[in-house]
Amino acid sequence: MMDIFLHPFEFEFFRNGTIVAVIVGGICGLIGVYIVLRGMSYIGHGLSHAIFGGAVVAFVMSWNFYLGAGLWGFAAAVMINQTVRRTKINADAAIGVITTASFAIGVALISRYRRFTQSFDAALFGNILGVTTQDLWVVAGVALLIIVAIFFVYKQLLFVTFDSEVAQVYGVKTEWIDTLFALILASALIASMQILGVTLIAAALVIPAISARLLTDSFNRMIILSTLIGAVTGFIGMYLSFYIDIASGASIVLLQAGIFGLALIISSLRKHASQRLMHTHL
Amino acid sequence: MQPLIELRQVSFGYGAEPALESIDLHLHPGQFAALVGPSGAGKTTLLKLVLGGLQPNQGEVYIHGQLLNGQPNPHVGYVPQLETIDWNFPVTVEQVVLMGRIRRAAIWPWPSMAEKRQMRTILEQLEIDHLAQRHIRDLSGGQRQRVFLARALIAEPDLLVLDEPTAGVDMRTAENVLHLLADLNRQGMTVLMTIHDLNAAAAHAPWIVCLNRRIIAQGRPEEVFVEDILNETYRGDMMVIRQDGMLFVQQRPHSHTYHEVVPDPVPGHPIEKVNDGYISASV
Repeated sequence: MMDIFLHPFEFEFFRNGTIVAVIVGGICGLIGVYIVLRGMSYIGHGLSHAIFGGAVVAFVMSWNFYLGAGLWGFAAAVMINQTVRRTKINADAAIGVITTASFAIGVALISRYRRFTQSFDAALFGNILGVTTQDLWVVAGVALLIIVAIFFVYKQLLFVTFDSEVAQVYGVKTEWIDTLFALILASALIASMQILGVTLIAAALVIPAISARLLTDSFNRMIILSTLIGAVTGFIGMYLSFYIDIASGASIVLLQAGIFGLALIISSLRKHASQRLMHTHL
Repeated sequence: MQPLIELRQVSFGYGAEPALESIDLHLHPGQFAALVGPSGAGKTTLLKLVLGGLQPNQGEVYIHGQLLNGQPNPHVGYVPQLETIDWNFPVTVEQVVLMGRIRRAAIWPWPSMAEKRQMRTILEQLEIDHLAQRHIRDLSGGQRQRVFLARALIAEPDLLVLDEPTAGVDMRTAENVLHLLADLNRQGMTVLMTIHDLNAAAAHAPWIVCLNRRIIAQGRPEEVFVEDILNETYRGDMMVIRQDGMLFVQQRPHSHTYHEVVPDPVPGHPIEKVNDGYISASV
């Protein structure tokens, strides 16, 4: 039994991949709380596609992947925020237009330069084999920066997420907070791309947060639960990926979907129990 | 005495559509003023100008004699319309109230002991201290209004601004909320609120501002709630009843022509329309 547990750690790719999956899962869980509560669940899906476009552009231009894709994602997130703020366009429509156009640039470049199509499979579907020690350090650094940023703007971020318009009245620089959050989100997506893949990042952002929401009415507990769900499913998902031989992103997300189902059942049972209790008292 | 809030010849429009025109308004420390007018009259826009959320197209907004224009007003505690709140958001009463400290809060995610003490004092003052750990969804209408009032008060404002504090609550709760505001005003707090219920405004607010894009009139309820002013403000047919020292405002029943309601009520007997809509029928 212990051997089953320890055996995968003999491989460096698994060690690196598991550490990254835990960090990425936790970070996506943490950020996902703000995304879900802001009603912007679609942004993870859109922005990861936009970042894919940026990654292709970075490759073609021979830029550093993290810098090129990161700046591209950040620019897309800021454009979405500004479009929503300054026009009558809703967030979902702005995300749809900006991120799809960005993704299309990537697709256009891939179809033009067919020679490197193969190397983007990992970016699309996630691949633990692709995680190098350098990737590990980058992901750990990005995660640390995100945690520090959220720690110091925790109160402002909570107020803006709860009621952005009133937060501004109370002196919160909402535009600054939105821009910082766009940067945090773009960084998290870049860090997650290798392990989860563009197509599955959105789920990793949303599922832990909504599962946590079903289990608690407390914001602080939601943050902790969502981060834990993300990290633990990242860890177990890597084992599943190793033993069942499926893409790491898919195994993590499927596991999270299972947790969501469980949370849904627990939440329904709790609701049922409290209704019965109320009837008993009446 | 220097006004707390002063609007000088303020005009504002959304695009080409003017929302407010040439507004001159003074609010002195200790005043309790109700802003009344029909929907679309510019009440919320005026509040946003006072809050610093909007910048006037023309004119200036001063607070304590300092030009404000378009900057968040640091002297104000704001209570938004309860209908705009997401009641399913996972926050407790305590967390909502502490949001009001954001200007003076430390950078740590947790509140200081002093902030917690201050919060408890305000919650006790508003008689909701037992609800501190309660989720906001699990509160009654009156309790919800008190929570957002507590958030405004913890900001230590000179001015309380409330957008429709009686909207969406029952009559008794509305009465309680207005009594509470009157109490706070008696303790020295300056209050500016928008309100649709004219009778509640007449009963509780010592100063009324009638608005319909421009200020039609302002003064004490008995001076302002007269038919001419109300008709001009609401562009409708308003009726004022005075009884036992109290004021009641009512819209005159809508004057349909009888033909619109009952095309041919008594076959063979013609309906006559007289006096611009009032009806007589010869049966």
